[in-house]
Amino acid sequence: MPRRLDRIAASKPFVFALCLIPLAWLAWDAFNGTLGTDPVAQLEHRSGDWTLRLLLATLAITPLRHLTGWNALIRYRRMLGLFAFFYASVHLSLYLVVDLGGFWSQIFAEIAKKPYITVGFAAWLLMIPLAITSTKGMMRRLGRRWQQLHRLVYAIGLFGVLHFMWLVKSGNEIAVTEPLIYLAVLIVLLALRVPVWFRRFRGSTKAGQPRAATKPQPATSPR
Amino acid sequence: MPNFRFPAPRSSEITPETIYRRRRELVKLLGLAVPGLLIGCGNGSGNAPAATTTQSTLPPLTIAKRGAFSTDEPQTSYHDATHYNNFYEFGTSKTDPARNSGGFHPQPWSVEIAGHAEVTGTFPLEDILKPHAFEERVYRMRCVEGWSMVIPWVGFPLADLIRRFKPTSAAKYVALTSVERPREMPGQNRAVLDWPYREGLRIDEAMHPLTLLAVGLYGRALPNQNGAPLRLVVPWKYGFKGIKSIVRIEFTETQPRTTWNLAAANEYGFFANVNPEVDHPRWSQATERRISGEGYSLLGNRVLTQPFNGYGEQVASLYSGMNLKKYF
Repeated sequence: MPRRLDRIAASKPFVFALCLIPLAWLAWDAFNGTLGTDPVAQLEHRSGDWTLRLLLATLAITPLRHLTGWNALIRYRRMLGLFAFFYASVHLSLYLVVDLGGFWSQIFAEIAKKPYITVGFAAWLLMIPLAITSTKGMMRRLGRRWQQLHRLVYAIGLFGVLHFMWLVKSGNEIAVTEPLIYLAVLIVLLALRVPVWFRRFRGSTKAGQPRAATKPQPATSPR
Repeated sequence: MPNFRFPAPRSSEITPETIYRRRRELVKLLGLAVPGLLIGCGNGSGNAPAATTTQSTLPPLTIAKRGAFSTDEPQTSYHDATHYNNFYEFGTSKTDPARNSGGFHPQPWSVEIAGHAEVTGTFPLEDILKPHAFEERVYRMRCVEGWSMVIPWVGFPLADLIRRFKPTSAAKYVALTSVERPREMPGQNRAVLDWPYREGLRIDEAMHPLTLLAVGLYGRALPNQNGAPLRLVVPWKYGFKGIKSIVRIEFTETQPRTTWNLAAANEYGFFANVNPEVDHPRWSQATERRISGEGYSLLGNRVLTQPFNGYGEQVASLYSGMNLKKYF
């Protein structure tokens, strides 16, 4: 590569700072007492919202690459995914320490018995191996399996949205539309992948070996 | 601005507005003089009002009696109790009712009394209220969502009203209906729930001395977002039983259909008694987050939920022999 300004590398600190803004905003409101009547619920809702938004942003990278042909976008993916994990961890900590704090016996019952908490907790657990294996060294070591492992993100996205949908008050008819917006975005992001998967499947069965487009990205699987 | 007039207090009972405001200023000054005491709950320069501030411009009510069944737990601030409401007629967010209820007109108002009673008909609210002396009751209010408040209601026992209309022996239940005015209640333009909102009680629950018809809170008339001009308060049941802006009270022989029960029968029962032993299918009811005092605290809000919301001594006998896990 010629020695030119690497715009992606140069923009990363800005994206990093951008991802920290929701946390700073939350901390500011918490410090100033401007979180409203039920501040703990606000902390939980807002940290949860940003987890889902960052998760969907991570999932948007691949379809955006296919649509725009701008492959360099993939270099933001790890940061966005790790920030999704970071906000999920903040969200879980707020629930366990600030909200449930003191009522420890309830924690296990809630995680095991309450479906919306079970799926939310499962989503967070599934993010751990992905966060651990997000380094370049782990990508190299895991090779093809890295991609297989990181397909867990689809389950994580689904669990995260279910977690939101199930916690709203109404049962049969969901009274609140916001979780459905997240569900719709998730469905679109997954649906956009289908034609690519289909082509890849046909390509690999016909030619007996993957076509150029299906080759793993150098950064993700250099083997 | 609703200008509904309730019976006025004697002028000697009213604190002049200037003195009232001066007292509030004094409270504020005292609050500022001891900031160290306020920081304890993580509130540096909070916007939370003092718990005693009503900030209401609604007409004050004459209160004949205070204290019956009242709790002395720290009360929720007026601001919190009036800006954090579930009143889906004005929108599904907790802040919607305070924001979207400005165009609602709680007067003139009339209430229809119907069904199995000797006296039935449609009556102006003034006639409905006239014979009743108002009392203040400070009750715990437990929302099915897992939070709670402590609110000083002003009203009178529903039983006193029921007696006036002489229900017959066929009256086994009381069915209550909220107003339906999509033009004034923007939330009713969406089919979030099956409008109008309906609730009901068994006749013995309705006749229980704890069951209150409220016309006010914190000494003044109900704000629109809290169910003006007339609402139900059943302190041992989840908040959604407390139907707001009541226009119809019917005595029925069979158990009435109720709105949240129709929306999700497996989640919201007809009885809806507060019960830490019976979880909501999706979340625990063992504990609750108490919103009280200065209203802004990040830690230490969670308390154990009491059977019948702490009113078991008064009401548990209504349900003796009933399987409360089945009839939740």
